[in-house]
Amino acid sequence: MQLDDLYRQVIMDHYKNPRNKGKFEDGAITVDLNNPTCGDKITLQLKVNNGVVEDAKYTGDGCSISMSSASMMTAAVKGKTLEEARDMIARFSQLMLGEDVQFDDYEDIEALSGVNKFPARIKCATLSWNALRKVIDEEQFNK
Amino acid sequence: MNLDVREQFPILQQEINGHPLVYLDSAATSQKPRVVIDALQHYYQWDNANVHRGVHTLGSRATDAYEGAREKVARFINAKSTQEIIFTRGTTTALNLVASSYARAVCGEGDEIVLTPMEHHSNLIPWQQVAKATGATLKYITLQPDGSVDLAEVEKVVTAQTKIVAIAHVSNVMGVVNPVKQIAEIAHRNGAIIVVDGAQSAPHMKVDVQDLDSDFYAFSSHKMCGPTGIGVLYGKKALLESMEPIEFGGEMIDEVGLYDSTWKELPWKFEGGTPIIAGAVGLGAAIDFLTDIGMDNIERHESEIASYAMNRLSELKGITVYGPRTRKVGLVTFNLGDVHPHDVATVLDASGIAVRAGHHCCQPLMRWLNVNSTVRASFYLYNTKDDVDRLISALIQTKEYFGDAT
Repeated sequence: MQLDDLYRQVIMDHYKNPRNKGKFEDGAITVDLNNPTCGDKITLQLKVNNGVVEDAKYTGDGCSISMSSASMMTAAVKGKTLEEARDMIARFSQLMLGEDVQFDDYEDIEALSGVNKFPARIKCATLSWNALRKVIDEEQFNK
Repeated sequence: MNLDVREQFPILQQEINGHPLVYLDSAATSQKPRVVIDALQHYYQWDNANVHRGVHTLGSRATDAYEGAREKVARFINAKSTQEIIFTRGTTTALNLVASSYARAVCGEGDEIVLTPMEHHSNLIPWQQVAKATGATLKYITLQPDGSVDLAEVEKVVTAQTKIVAIAHVSNVMGVVNPVKQIAEIAHRNGAIIVVDGAQSAPHMKVDVQDLDSDFYAFSSHKMCGPTGIGVLYGKKALLESMEPIEFGGEMIDEVGLYDSTWKELPWKFEGGTPIIAGAVGLGAAIDFLTDIGMDNIERHESEIASYAMNRLSELKGITVYGPRTRKVGLVTFNLGDVHPHDVATVLDASGIAVRAGHHCCQPLMRWLNVNSTVRASFYLYNTKDDVDRLISALIQTKEYFGDAT
């Protein structure tokens, strides 16, 4: 078991210098999600206009894996249509299963591929992506 | 003092991630000695049958083994009689039995149930549900700054309206030992009963339910070298007799009619369905094992290890240790600078060291401590000072790995 497989430089950079951390005052769809088994929590906010994610922010408390994943996800999702965002979620799931998938539009995400070798930490990496799915569901089905 | 029992635990003889296993998560579940594993195997290989009904030889053997385990439990906690020992699935089920049967019958509007913020979720949520269903009010004993319970605070909160005081004997997060004997006296003086969550005490110290004057006392087999899936509810006989069963079916009935039925006497009226026979046999073997070593010796050993761990942890810069400065029981909970507990646990695991990271099923206590999660290292009779040294070295590596400047 190689720790460096998990804690890659890119991940630590996103952990220590988080992108898009913060809150919108208004005009955003907000979802709170907890990981009840470990206490990690995230509040994800998306501004969606005509089916396109214009901006994304998050706040939360969690480990380096969950918070760096949130940082990457919010950076990657900006400018994407909701369908493209759903496709990213699906690709991220494949990445967690150890499959060889590309994130050409935001390569940092591929650094999380090592999480696959640490099964106990997969739920950390997927927390923010589950929040993203909830936001999209809310936007598409509850309007 | 070293108890020299490590060799008797087969699981501890392995390497994890290329390092000899250091198991520091016994407060979650303990490891099992060879004698317990053998007892389970022997039971299934030679004695397995259903209990309390077979006329055949195996039926008698299984019944003797099951009821023999109950006698061992009764002696282990000094209950007056085996009728006061109910086998349950674990501490959670035991506490839920008291809440669902006793509490719902006696609590009503205006009555109070007194708790502390340090309770494990399993000694918290059942009472929330009772309060919702009956209109009773939950009240909390304010903790001291070091996380301990002060009896003067208990006196303030427990009143003539109090029906139940429910409290952990030992906190699974801070290692605080609560003065449950004195709290029982306060509860009784106010006409209330006391329910003690003994999940973190029964495995680690001599427990005498008569001396403590506990009305109910719950604990789990798997935290005391026994198998998972079985635990114990001790209750004073008069209280148990006044209670209705909450599970109905085979094994627990006296006579069944088309429209009405009557129950067996104690303790069987609370044990509907085929009981956890092998589990009880394993628990009995665990009790024999612990008793042979001596609960006083185990308590002294753990106290020494925990004190040593407290001293060594204090050498680390940037560490925050939660709970009182001194330890009587073998667990320490801490945070290492701003390194998240999950990351600490992952790095320790890479060195073969198993610790718990998270909220430890104590979300209200986490809020009281003003943290979201912590790292917990918990010790048992098989741990040594070498294990503590390995933990400290790995924590130093963790700090270096995360470039923590604190």
